[in-house]
Amino acid sequence: MFSLVPLVVLFPLAGFAANAFFGRQLGAARAGLLAVLAAGAAFLVAVVQLAALAGNGFAPVTVPVAEWLRVGDFHVAWAFQVDTLSVTMMLVVAGVGTLIHIYALGYMREDVQHNGDPGRYPRFFVYLNLFLASMLVLVGADNFLMLFVGWEGVGLCSYLLIGFWFEKGAAGLGNARAAMKAFVVNRIGDFGLLLAMFLIYWTFGTLTFSELFERLKTVRLDATGQLIVTAITLLLLLGATGKSAQLPLYVWLPDAMAGPTPVSALIHAATMVTAGIYMITRNHVLFALAPQSMEVVAWIGAATALFAGTIAVAQTDIKRVLAYSTISQLGFMIAAVGLGAYVAGMFHLVTHAFFKALLFLSAGSVIQAVERGGAQGGAHAGQSAEAHHDPQDMRFMGGLWGKLPITQWVFLIGALALAGLPPLAGFFSKDEILLDAFEHNPAIFWVLVAAAFLTAFYMGRQLLLVFFGQPRSTAAAHATESPAVVTTPLIILALLSFFGGLLNLPKFGLYGYAGSLLLKEFLSFSVEAEALPFNAFVAGLSTVLALAALGLAYVLYGRAQATAQDRDPLAALLGPVFGWLRDKWYVDELYGFLVVTPFNTLSQLAARALDLGGVDMTFNNLGELARAVGAGLARFQLGYARRYALVMFLGAVAVLAYFLIAR
Amino acid sequence: MDVLFSTLTTVTAFPLVGVVILLFMRGEQKTALRWVALTTALITFGLSLLMLAQFSIAPGFQLVIRTPWFRVGDFAADFYLGVDGISVLLVLLTTFLVPIAIASTWEAVQDRVREFLIAFLLLEVGMVGVFLALDLVLFYVFWEFTLLPMLFLIGIWGGERRTYAALKFFLYTFAGSIFMLVAIVWLGLSYGTFALPELMARGLPAGTQTWLFLAFALAFAIKVPVWPLHSWLPDAHVEAPTAGSVILAGVLLKLGTYGFVRFNLGLFPQAAVQFAPFLGVLAVIGILYGALVSYAQADAKKLVAYSSVSHLGFVMLGLFALNPLGLQGALLQMINHGLSTGALFLLVGFIYERRHTRLLSEFGGLWKVMPIYAALALVVFLSSAGLPGLNGFVGEFTILLGAWDGYAHWGFAAAAALGVILAAVYLLWLFFKMFQGEVTNPKNAGLPDLTRREVALLVPLLILIVWIGVYPQPFFDLMAPAVDALAANLSAAALAVR
Amino acid sequence: MIPTSYYLALSAVLFAIGVTGVLTRRNAIIVFMSVELMLNSANLTFVAFARQFMDLSGQVFVFFVMVVAAAEVAVGLALIVAIFRSKQSISLDELNQLKG
Repeated sequence: MFSLVPLVVLFPLAGFAANAFFGRQLGAARAGLLAVLAAGAAFLVAVVQLAALAGNGFAPVTVPVAEWLRVGDFHVAWAFQVDTLSVTMMLVVAGVGTLIHIYALGYMREDVQHNGDPGRYPRFFVYLNLFLASMLVLVGADNFLMLFVGWEGVGLCSYLLIGFWFEKGAAGLGNARAAMKAFVVNRIGDFGLLLAMFLIYWTFGTLTFSELFERLKTVRLDATGQLIVTAITLLLLLGATGKSAQLPLYVWLPDAMAGPTPVSALIHAATMVTAGIYMITRNHVLFALAPQSMEVVAWIGAATALFAGTIAVAQTDIKRVLAYSTISQLGFMIAAVGLGAYVAGMFHLVTHAFFKALLFLSAGSVIQAVERGGAQGGAHAGQSAEAHHDPQDMRFMGGLWGKLPITQWVFLIGALALAGLPPLAGFFSKDEILLDAFEHNPAIFWVLVAAAFLTAFYMGRQLLLVFFGQPRSTAAAHATESPAVVTTPLIILALLSFFGGLLNLPKFGLYGYAGSLLLKEFLSFSVEAEALPFNAFVAGLSTVLALAALGLAYVLYGRAQATAQDRDPLAALLGPVFGWLRDKWYVDELYGFLVVTPFNTLSQLAARALDLGGVDMTFNNLGELARAVGAGLARFQLGYARRYALVMFLGAVAVLAYFLIAR
Repeated sequence: MDVLFSTLTTVTAFPLVGVVILLFMRGEQKTALRWVALTTALITFGLSLLMLAQFSIAPGFQLVIRTPWFRVGDFAADFYLGVDGISVLLVLLTTFLVPIAIASTWEAVQDRVREFLIAFLLLEVGMVGVFLALDLVLFYVFWEFTLLPMLFLIGIWGGERRTYAALKFFLYTFAGSIFMLVAIVWLGLSYGTFALPELMARGLPAGTQTWLFLAFALAFAIKVPVWPLHSWLPDAHVEAPTAGSVILAGVLLKLGTYGFVRFNLGLFPQAAVQFAPFLGVLAVIGILYGALVSYAQADAKKLVAYSSVSHLGFVMLGLFALNPLGLQGALLQMINHGLSTGALFLLVGFIYERRHTRLLSEFGGLWKVMPIYAALALVVFLSSAGLPGLNGFVGEFTILLGAWDGYAHWGFAAAAALGVILAAVYLLWLFFKMFQGEVTNPKNAGLPDLTRREVALLVPLLILIVWIGVYPQPFFDLMAPAVDALAANLSAAALAVR
Repeated sequence: MIPTSYYLALSAVLFAIGVTGVLTRRNAIIVFMSVELMLNSANLTFVAFARQFMDLSGQVFVFFVMVVAAAEVAVGLALIVAIFRSKQSISLDELNQLKG
């Protein structure tokens, strides 16, 4: 059964290849169906792997597929590591992935109409299948190099999907720029991962996870060794900050919302961005040897959680709020793994995949509802004065409650799960992270608590702005519910977001109830799992704060705003600080000033001054010098053959004379 | 007769058959001329596959043929050919790229077709000869022999500033090879033989290695080109016809890196150990500098040309890591660069044939107009940018991994790895400027997508790009024994130096 | 018997006349004839020495020189005709295309 694991990659890959080469001939309907089947098949394979693991006593297994690289002593293979950690990831990736594939069947059909290029429909599924294949390579890899293939592969798919509407966005180039930004920023992180691999190989002599961890168990680190391991882990962290959008490399993720909504849900919320957390968890043995690095990891996560939360409260784009929220939640996970709470991190990863995918997909449903409303409303009123506003801008929504009978409820579930209200999934997973922080590092605990407060606040704000109050545009007033192919995955995800907490219920020592701790038991076959007893203070505090934040949001946004042009109530409260939050602390501008502009200048300088003016000029001048010398000598060449003969004659006479006289 | 019909002689000389046939044909029968040249090139490729079939994975030269060529006093040169793990892939690359390049001229070259094709086939003879020659004089003859056809390809069928570019190309390379000629003559006169294996077996004293190394290195460094001797390359590329650029980037630059492996590392190992840090620094500068300058270019072909400086920097970095990882990575990267950059120049050529410009500012939004072109270009760009799963990554990773340990300091590899980021920057920039966004220039609106012929040119390259990316082991296996022997020799030299 | 030195002197005179002709005359044909004159003076020297040393190789050389001269005449006259056709003149002063 384990030997089936390559299929988890091969199915999506086959779907990718079939649609890439024959997508146009197949037509939209069949291309989409094929992609969904490929994703579903991958999910089935993942389930089979789960069963196989259960039959094997949950012991990890390595499944070699083929030789890849063997040069000198260096050797890596295409091989899969099947253990509880990778199977958890496979299930999430393929499971959520399949749901999003189904959702995309309906969503993209409207999206391609709306954007005016129906022929591009199959291409979306080409990318989506390729993404699934790459992501499954990433999580299934048994060595760093194969992980890196998946790592960059998902980055490529992210690039392609952000730029799916490459001719749209600001000045027709915005989306393409966002895509480029995502790829390049990710490459900076990948640079760290590359260097980490070099260091690992030359220190421990292998890039295979199982061999590396085996060696690490017996290794005794001297001071240099300690330094190297710290360097390795920090470089791995650099990789993780790129892919998982942490400080300082998070800047690409908000812009990545330029991609179609299913992409935002699948890649930029549920799966790809969690790769960094997965990678750190996978290398927990390494990180355990570098306590300073762990500290850094935890602080980066906590700082990101708070920082992104502050930005999220002032955004007006429905997807951007969710994007910053994703960064913030990823910060929670990174903080968790930094604290050594790998199970808590993975738990939050799983539940977050559920409710954040749900939120994005519902947001997509809302956006299309508004788009439909705009088209319909415009037709009704016969006017298009305000028909051209951004359908993602929450200021133009409002009053959607009742118009979207399914979307409204699933969105509510998702939002409350994210806000961390019991008994929804987000409560349990976030609570576990807070609990670990509380026990191990109080400073981080309080930072995370603040971030959690902000989370509940901005979700409350979003709910109120989108669904309640009066419609602030004709489009919002005429919004209609999405078709069943879109809402069915939403309902499934809503159920998962609601009951996801059951995956790892804590031990309620208070009531003598044992709890299940399913995920903890399961993952303990792969990572060290520590189960802290249920802490009523932490749970109570986070619940109270979440409720307080929702209450604050209600106080501020509960009274209906009449028009889209109204000033944001928060702006009145915060004053000039609000401007900083809205403009994202000017980080993009700072990076532009510190990195992008100098790089462009340097490049121009190198090309003009240094290359053409320096190197090329030097050698051309050398050539000119030779030419000048030649031209000088050429003046003796008059071109009269008889003159040459005369010179020859005189020369001969001179030579003769020399021999006759000098001797 | 054995010599004449031996595998290596036929691989080298078969294009001459085509040349003779072309000489007897009339210049107006353009299609027939092209078919003759293409068939000749394809048969030559077939012959090189035959060579591959006869090749066995082992160290040392194989399929060797040797016959006296001329003798003047002590000065005796042989017609001496042989192939080993280092050269076998390069020969295959050459015979593989030439038919593709010839086929790419089907519509692009319309005047003096016969002369063009003759020059091309002669060029192939020279290139294959360089890779196979084991006699220094023979090597030099082939080396210079490649120069003239290329000079004419640029100078006659080139762009506007073709004379300038051709002359620059010629003078640069010729100036370098003069030093090599002196070194070759000195070697022959001092040791009484020009045969490479015999010279290698004898071993040269450390003192003489130094200046011989430098003389050879200058010739090769110009060809590679190693920074700062690269400034002929952008001009030559920009002015050369597409097929010329494909061969120039695909094979001719490899003559330089091949020379480094064969002579500078093989013949002067101790000097190589001493000069390795120096060349490593030049390689790293080349990687970063090429990438930076590439990003600033306004002309697509120039951008690709400068990217070659960067990519060849990786090859040099791998070679002078002097360990099996670096060497094998570098040898594979030579092939990769030939495939990827060859494809890049083909792609640039396709759009040039349609629009007669290569300025990036003229394009934008081509993805909408030419989807097949965009998709194929994307794969090639990514291969060049070193995306894992495609060929470029395998080479670059192996090189960097080797360089991490091969140089005195890990900083060489770390700095070079920055080039991986920069490669993404300039290649995505190129893709962005050409393919993404709206179609802003009305001249681009009605462009036809790639024809079947054009796609057929790219498909073999793409197959290899993916193959090497996913399963490079057969390629590594071919070169492993030869490289291991070379590396062992080099590490012995390193011990001797210390 | 006439001493060899006489022949040599005559040969030297002939050679000098030839050189002067080459250097001073403008007409290509006359220059050409002067060159022939120089060749024949060399021939005379060869024959003279051959007789003195009773060695036939000198005579053989003369034949070679005559063959070369004949070939040269053929090529040279052809060149002159060609030049005349293109320039309508065979004055050497107008042929300065070698000027650098």
